Parts: sequence; structure tokens; C-alpha cells
Amino acid sequence: MSATTLGRARHGLTLGGYAICLKGVLWREALRFIHQRGRFLAALVRPLVWLVIFAAGWRQVLGVSIAPPYHTYILYSTYVVPGLLSMIQFFYGMQSSLSMVYDREMGNMRVLLVSPFPRWFLLVARLSAATVISIIQCYAFLVVAWLWGVEIPDPGWLAVLPALIIGGFMLAAMGMVLSSLIRQLENFAGVMNFVIFPLFFASSALYPLWQVQQSSPILYQACLLNPFTYVVELTRFSLYSTWNPTALLVVVGCTIVFTAAAILAYDPARGLMARRPGAAA
Amino acid sequence: MDGSDLAELTALAPDPGTSALSVEGVSHSYGERRALDKVSLAVPRGGFAALLGLNGAGKTTLFSLITRLFDTRHGRITVQGFDVSRHPSAALAELGVVFQARTLDLDLSVRDNLLYHAALHGLGRRRAQARTAAVLEDVGLTERARDKARRLSGGQMRRVEIARALIHEPSVLVLDEPTVGLDVASKAAIVEQVRALSRMRGVAVLWATHLLDEIEPGDHVIVLHLGKVLAAGEMSEIIALAQAPDLRSAFRGLTGTAVPAPEPEDAGA
Repeated sequence: MSATTLGRARHGLTLGGYAICLKGVLWREALRFIHQRGRFLAALVRPLVWLVIFAAGWRQVLGVSIAPPYHTYILYSTYVVPGLLSMIQFFYGMQSSLSMVYDREMGNMRVLLVSPFPRWFLLVARLSAATVISIIQCYAFLVVAWLWGVEIPDPGWLAVLPALIIGGFMLAAMGMVLSSLIRQLENFAGVMNFVIFPLFFASSALYPLWQVQQSSPILYQACLLNPFTYVVELTRFSLYSTWNPTALLVVVGCTIVFTAAAILAYDPARGLMARRPGAAA
Repeated sequence: MDGSDLAELTALAPDPGTSALSVEGVSHSYGERRALDKVSLAVPRGGFAALLGLNGAGKTTLFSLITRLFDTRHGRITVQGFDVSRHPSAALAELGVVFQARTLDLDLSVRDNLLYHAALHGLGRRRAQARTAAVLEDVGLTERARDKARRLSGGQMRRVEIARALIHEPSVLVLDEPTVGLDVASKAAIVEQVRALSRMRGVAVLWATHLLDEIEPGDHVIVLHLGKVLAAGEMSEIIALAQAPDLRSAFRGLTGTAVPAPEPEDAGA
């Protein structure tokens, strides 16, 4: 029996062991989420402010004409819901990366990384946990939006789930890449200003792309280059049980690229973490 | 001390065959700055080794390499014969780690911290619960299991971290300055607890410190200074070869630097 096989046999790095580890990471993320109720409320209030106040104000100005996936004229509050779902996932992905920076500063990250399970698996487990929590928030928001009067097609409740899974994973992976580049928690304000806000506003989350194109062709091109736009569109089309292959391909592609970059960034052999003293996760 | 004496001391080459932990010719640099230079050391199975060095000696970098937070690019590190670079899973499964910085999740209870760590090592629920109860009893904190980690004193947090490091029954325990910031009583309790666990469970221990009062006469001592191992052997051997009256003088003779005095008693728990 080889050394590796012996070690794995003794310590149960079997499929069951992987499942236990994944469950443990999910459970810890859930516990932290439950213990920090303020985070949940903030995550829910942010999109509700947009829905209840912003959308009400713009309702008359931004009547949205018929464009796929919609088959009729819709109210602005209906248009903005998929964008707000993506916003929840975007902010949670960034919050998750912020907590990784915090964990790195506090040393909790080291505990995760000295587990005998492969580093890529630990990071994917962490991304999965962030995705699950963001989906719970999305459904909580959908319920409130529905109570507020936004019409959500019955099949859409389930049909949107795959889009939320893949979109949430992509945004969490993007956050993880960012977390590897941030040295200190204080630097996160820069990420808010230079990454989150530009990506959010230069997308189809708040206004249709055809309107953006009419007002600014350059901004329209920026929106088309923005991966967040495709997360929003994938969510929008899925909510109405409609197929959007372009959005799906872009989101899947970006998910692979961001996940690979995150794994590379936290790889002890090649990553950025080993290049500076005191940065050992 | 002349060059031949130093050579004699550093020639205590690690033998991966009998060593629980073996570091062979390991070097590491941060850009142009060399943090470790051909470091070799060994901890025998069930043995207690003290890695003695001042701040900046390279202790934490060495720990980062042993725990594979950094990749070993020059040299070789094995844990129970498993190469950390080539077989990281097997090596890390044999290793229990207590980092210098506090690494408990303060929002979770003591028990949840331990269960989380057990999951990271693939321990099933029943075994994880049994091991949690056992290690908490080992460190005398059974009654604090349901308390949030943030409610513990510094010394108690350290004991929980030691319990956590032992939850998957590793054969090697590495501790990076585990008593820093603790009061004298907590410090003594932790040193004694780890020694007792090492004796009872046969766990090999690598204890990094800059405090001489944590070292006992029978310990294997490794003197690390500015990234180099200057001497390794039993405390009495190092004192004899340095022709010094005690370990403090021997350390000064080897490094040309005085060891800091023990921390004051009110350092805070």
C-alpha cells in the first residue's frame, strides 16, 4: 500500500469523507449566517429599498416595452426583480470574499487550508456554501416581492433555481479571486467603489440594454462586456422559463475561469499567497 | 564556539525513517529576502522538540511550510514518512497544528468549533462527537463546551485550539509560540498539558518558542537564528558544546543575541 493510500485509508479521505467535509463547511457558513442576523436583514433590506422606493419612483418613467423574455408590457417593478436577485447574490459573493479576508487576518482561513482534503475541494466547498446561503436570501426576497404585488410566474419559482446556483457560484468565485488580491480588510472599500458598483450599474440589472444603447453606445458596449449582465439575463430568462443560451454560455465560462483563478490564487505552489511574508492564508 | 563545533551540532541529520517529523535542507525566500536557509531538523516519534528562536528567526515561515500553507520549493519535509509536497493529504492527516495567531471562530461555540474541525478531517458525526468530548476532557474544558469561543479567556482559547489540533488523533503536533500573550499560570498549565498529552498519547511535538523557561533538560532543542539552524541536540549537549553555564548563555554565545526575559505575570490571559 502506498504512503498516500495508507494515509487516506486511516483518515477516511473517501467519498463519504468528502461529503462530511462539504457538509461541515456548509454547516459552518449557515451557523455564521444565523448568528449574524443583521447580515440577513441587510441583505434583504437592500433589494427591498430598490424595489419599494426606487422602482416606485421610476415606474412611470421607465415603462418597459415588450422585449424577451416578456410577452407584454410590464411594470418597472417587475423588470427590476431579476436584477435585484442577482444583486443579492453579487453582494453576498462579495460579503463572502470579505469574510475570507477577515478569516485570513484572524487566522481562521489557515484552519480550513490545513485540512487533508485537496485545496481545490476546500475552496469549492466554500464557494458552494456561499452559493447556498445567497439562494436562501433570494427566495426570501422573492416571497417579499410577491407579497408586494410583483407577479412571478408559478413555474418560475423552480425554473430560476439552476440560474441562481450557477450565477451565485460565479459571483462567489469572482469574490474569492478578489479576496486573494486584497491584503487587508480596509482595502475592501476600494473593491466596493471600483468593482461592485461599476459592475452593478453597467449591467442590465436596473434598465434594459436597448435603453442604454440609445443613451450611450459606449456604456452599452461596457454592459455587453460585463459578466454580471449575463448573470442578470440568465436569471431573468429562467424566471420566465425561457432559454437564453448566450447568457448560459457566458456564465458557465466565467464560472470556470473565476473558479480556476481562485484555486490558482490559493495554491501554495503557484498562488499569490506564498509571495509575501505573513500572508500564509 | 568555533566552526567545527557548529558543524558537529548541525550534523544531527534527520532520519525520515525513525522521525515523526523531518525537515531536510529546506530554504524559503520572500523575493530577495531569504527567510530559511537549508534548515534541517527532526522530531522523533513520541518525542518533544523545542524550536528556539527569536522573532524573525523563521519559525513561522517553517510552520507555514510544514503545514503546506506555503509550498516547499527547496528541500523536503515529511510527516510520518509522508512527503508534504508530494502527498499533502496523507501528511496533513497526520498533523495537528496550533498557530501563533488565534484561529477559533469566535461566533461559534467551543463544541461547534471542534465539530467543524472534525468535519474538515472527514470524521463522521458519531466519531466527531466522541472525539469532541474526549479532547475537551483532555484539556479540562468539558463544562465550557456550549459557550461561545469569544467568552473564553486567552488561556482557555489556547487549550481549545490544542484540543482542536488533537481531534483527528494526529501523530505529530506542531505549535507556533502557543503561550504568547498568556499569563504565567496559563502558560505553565499549557506547557504541562501538552507535555502530558505527548507522554500519554505518544504524540511527537514540535514546540516553537523564544522563551527559555518553556524548555526542560531532557528536551531536544533546535536553535534557529536568522533562518539557519545553528545547533540541535539535548539541552545539556548544547550547553556543553557552547561551553556555557546555562542555555541562556549558550544561546547568546551561538547567536550573539540575548534571549528576552520571561514575560511579566500580568501579560494578560
